Order: sequence, then structure tokens, then C-alpha cells
Amino acid sequence: MLQVSLYRYNPETDEAPYMQDFSVDTGDRDLMVLDVLELIKADLDGSVTYRRSCREGVCGSDGLNMNGKNGLACITPLSESVKGGKLVIRPLPGLPVIRDLVVDMSLFYAQYEKVQPYLQNPTPAPAIERLQSPEERAQLDGLYECILCACCSTSCPSFWWNPDRFVGPAGLLQAYRFLADSRDTATEDRLAKLDDPFSVFRCHGIQNCVNVCPKGLNPTKAIGHIRTMLLNRAT
Amino acid sequence: MVTSVTSFSRTGLSDWLIQRVTSLVLLAYFIVIAYQLLGSVDYTSWRLLFDQTWMKVFTLMAALSLAAHSWIGLWSVFTDYLTERMLGPKGNVIRLFCQLGASLALVGYVIWVIVIIWS
Repeated sequence: MLQVSLYRYNPETDEAPYMQDFSVDTGDRDLMVLDVLELIKADLDGSVTYRRSCREGVCGSDGLNMNGKNGLACITPLSESVKGGKLVIRPLPGLPVIRDLVVDMSLFYAQYEKVQPYLQNPTPAPAIERLQSPEERAQLDGLYECILCACCSTSCPSFWWNPDRFVGPAGLLQAYRFLADSRDTATEDRLAKLDDPFSVFRCHGIQNCVNVCPKGLNPTKAIGHIRTMLLNRAT
Repeated sequence: MVTSVTSFSRTGLSDWLIQRVTSLVLLAYFIVIAYQLLGSVDYTSWRLLFDQTWMKVFTLMAALSLAAHSWIGLWSVFTDYLTERMLGPKGNVIRLFCQLGASLALVGYVIWVIVIIWS
């Protein structure tokens, strides 16, 4: 039996959040954490609330904090997350909890919106598409794969303290994705909006984001590239 | 809301660059001091060292670098932890008091260094 400790909070009935323990029969299989949550919801307590959708690490819905580390429940096996026979599951840290494991992602999305995550090019669009060389296209590798699960930003202390002003690793990865895009012409405007003491420069390079990214991306490296671009622009 | 008005240069890039440049000045200064300390140091040699103009200028540069470096670092710490988000409405008041105290202390230290070195 696997001992699972689950963060519970229903703002309509609970005065404060609390941890609820469950014993889950996993049949000694190396299930994914999401499977364990499904077992709890199906067999033990139907009121347990969490987000999920694709259950294969593509949609980014089930970002959770499992034994202290953020990740996607659907692609995190018990063999990776269980410590000492126990699994502690909490919502992503730093964001307001709506209920149980569901957090309010408004601040996260507001920062994403701030970096204008779309191609900007006022020149008339060609008949078919804006072409890139293979080398130019390769610049976007490691950037476009982000699924916005928020595991990185919610593991970043700078984002915890200033979620309204620090763009956060996820937003900055996307900021660089468009700064690095040969088809985008808004580079100057994008950089001008990032040159304040908070948006980019609250990153102190501790690499929590790199440590937890379920897609293996490197926001710290992208932030370093943004800093270099800001430096080149200013000098 | 936390704003940038009390930051050292009011732009993130300048603060970031100043912090890196000042750290290099401090590193060079402390290497020179360490080198001196590794040799035999007595009052006369120490006095002779600090009587030289280059050492006075270098010490002043190090003191100014330390003040700028510390202010940028402390400003980051204050605007992380002493905020309305973390402490409620009193956070802004506490932060301003801490910023005032830190800036006065740093200015005081720089003046103190100038008095010691150039008097």
C-alpha cells in the first residue's frame, strides 16, 4: 500500500487547508502519480479535485508539487517521486488555490500575455509562408516546445515574491522564442519592455526552472540570451 | 505596489551591469589586500601602502563599488520580502524605512572611508 498525503482545501467549507492521508493499493506497479490520483478519486474520495486532460505530458494541465518537486503528474512515475514509501502531493506553490490541487493561473497567464507571445511583422505576408533557413529554424529548438504547465515559474522564488512584476521563466522562455525568431521584426519593442529591474533581472540564475521542466527545456539559458541582447542593444 | 524608483539606476540592465563591474573591482581590491597580508605587515608598511595615491584611489573605488553593489543587492532583497504582498500594507512602510536605513549606512561608510584615507 502506498501512503499518500494530499493537500485539501475547499474554500466553501474549509477554514484552512489541511493534509489528508490515503492508503492506495497500487498493486506494486510503478504507476504514474496521476494514476494514483485517479485511484483515489475513483475508489476513496470522489471530491478530490485536480486538473488533467491528455495524461501523456502534452497538455500541461496536471502540474503539481510531488514530494517537494514540481512536475507533471501524468509522466512522473512513483519510482521517481516516492520517498520512504510516502507521496506528498501539493498544488503548484506560489499561486492562489481554487480548490485542492487546482490553482488560479491568472498571474502566470498575465505574465505570458505581457511578452506578446505571437509573431509580429508588419510587412505584407507572402502568398504561402514566411520562409526561414534551416539554421534560423534551429534557433527555435528548445524554446517552442514549452507547454505552459507552469512547473518552472512556480518553482522560482523570484516569481513567488513578485509574480506581478517578474515575468518568470516560462514567460521569458517565450519572450526569447520570439526574439530569436528571424521572421519577427518587433525585437526593439520587445527588448524595451523587458529593460526594467523586475521583468528579466529578478532572475538570479538558481536554475530551479531547469531542474523541474518536464520537457527538459532551459529557461535560464534563454534568460541569459535575453540579457546579452539587452546588453548589445545598450552598448 | 513595488516600483523601481528607489533602484540604483532604475533600469534592470544598468543595475545588473554595475553589480558585475563592482564585483570585479572588489575582487581586484581584496586580492591586493590579501597579497599584502600574506607578506609581513606592520604599521609602517601598512601606512606606506595607504600613503600612496594609487592605493587611496583604489580604496575609494572599492568603497564606492561596495556601496553600489550592496545597495543593488539589498534593494533586491527588500523588494522581494518587504512588500505589500508579503507583509500587508505595512510592508511598504517597513521597506522604505529599511531602504532609508541601508542608504544612510552605506553613505556613512563611504564618507568614513574617505575621512580615513584622505585625512
